[in-house]
Amino acid sequence: MSIPEGLQYSVEHEWLRLDGDIGTIGITQYAAEQVSDIVFVDLPAVGATLTQGKPFGAIESVKAVSELFAPVSGTIIEVNTTLGDTPEAISNDAYGAGWLVKVKLSAPDEAAGLMDAAGYARHLGQ
Amino acid sequence: MHRTPLAALHQALGARTAPFAGWEMPIQYSGIVDEHRTVRTAAGLFDLSHMGELWFTGAGAGDALAYALTTDPRTLAIGRAHYAMICHPTGGILDDLVVYRLGETRFLVVPNAGNRETVAAAMHARTAGYAVTMDDRSLATALIAVQGPHAVEIVTPHVAGADPAALAYYGCTDAVLAGAPGMLARTGYTGEDGFELFVPWEAAAGVWTALLASGAAHGLKPVGLGARDTLRLEAGMPLYGQELTADTTPFEAGLGRVVKLAKPGDFVGRAALAAQAEPTRRLVGLTLRDRGIARAGMPIFLAGEETPVGMVTSGTSSPTLGVAIAMAYLPLAQADVGSRVEIAIRESRAAAEVVPLPFYKRSTQPRNRT
Repeated sequence: MSIPEGLQYSVEHEWLRLDGDIGTIGITQYAAEQVSDIVFVDLPAVGATLTQGKPFGAIESVKAVSELFAPVSGTIIEVNTTLGDTPEAISNDAYGAGWLVKVKLSAPDEAAGLMDAAGYARHLGQ
Repeated sequence: MHRTPLAALHQALGARTAPFAGWEMPIQYSGIVDEHRTVRTAAGLFDLSHMGELWFTGAGAGDALAYALTTDPRTLAIGRAHYAMICHPTGGILDDLVVYRLGETRFLVVPNAGNRETVAAAMHARTAGYAVTMDDRSLATALIAVQGPHAVEIVTPHVAGADPAALAYYGCTDAVLAGAPGMLARTGYTGEDGFELFVPWEAAAGVWTALLASGAAHGLKPVGLGARDTLRLEAGMPLYGQELTADTTPFEAGLGRVVKLAKPGDFVGRAALAAQAEPTRRLVGLTLRDRGIARAGMPIFLAGEETPVGMVTSGTSSPTLGVAIAMAYLPLAQADVGSRVEIAIRESRAAAEVVPLPFYKRSTQPRNRT
């Protein structure tokens, strides 16, 4: 189970890669494996606002819908549109090609409440 | 929580399990899409031991079942089965089931796992005045299904006393299955050719293991309830609790053919069903024209309207067709093929079109389809 260092993690299994006040958001490999057979990703458009802890989209398998929860608040500046044709990228490369959205953080302090890799591993009970 | 006699084998196969209708059941092994495609192209092995098995024997068995159910099992030839409903006196559906006739006075009724106890209680009460004995063998009978185009080759080496290839669609027979006394039926719930093997509880592990070992050469893989659901949905088959409920009638579900209003003698629900034969809404198939996947419970609207006209009962992304498919109840005015509606998916609405059911039909049919 891959849990890269240098990322921050939410209890809802989203990861955040910070670069100044720009954050890239995805779901963890653990979450992708739990969903399995991802066939559709429902993401908001550029300009939409996220609120930490609130749903901002959904990932769907043939069987079920899993809501996405914002790890931080902010405004979407880029959406990974390649997932429309290749949603399986989330399963294959959760921390790379499977990224979901990039946001400009509106409250950068929120990120301090997220877990580091070791904390997330403990959260998973590893 | 009930466990099937194959629970330990599922665990060894790495199955992901979940509670279903009071049973711990395998949901998936290699993945729902992989398992789904395996059934469409080769064959899948299913543990369906959670299903109910109610045996009815005695001179009055046929009359008793004809009174309790919507069909007329007296018309079944020995060695044949048919799909049937058990309805409330109101005409609402109590369960859908398959009735197998194994002898002149010997029938097997297979209800859904979640309805087993209510169906058994209703059948007990409804058949009380007849010369029939009901034997609920549900917790002593395992059900293993082999479904897919390679099913005949996979099952045949393990059957004695019957010829699977010669068994017609919806045929059934007593047989020895991997050494165990059981019943073999050419029935299923996937839209593919296939068999269902009813065997004693204690023989189940041996039957499963033998089939999986020799079937692997024919592409056989274990398949869980996740793919069972996507397979039946593509095949346009209704599921109790989704399309079929106490608040829906067989006519609304497009199953009027299994309500034999003209059969001799009264039956439970007859008066109500006779008055419901012209329903005002109908079960339809939908494909989405916009991105998104419709799911059970999502409301359906006419374009621009704010009052829903129907609701999705089942929906998924079809692994075979590569589009989002759904079943739903719609008013007759919107139920014709080609009709356009909108489905509310979270914050937005997706356009959908009524299409013929089933969504998927296998290219070659076993003979004697009924």
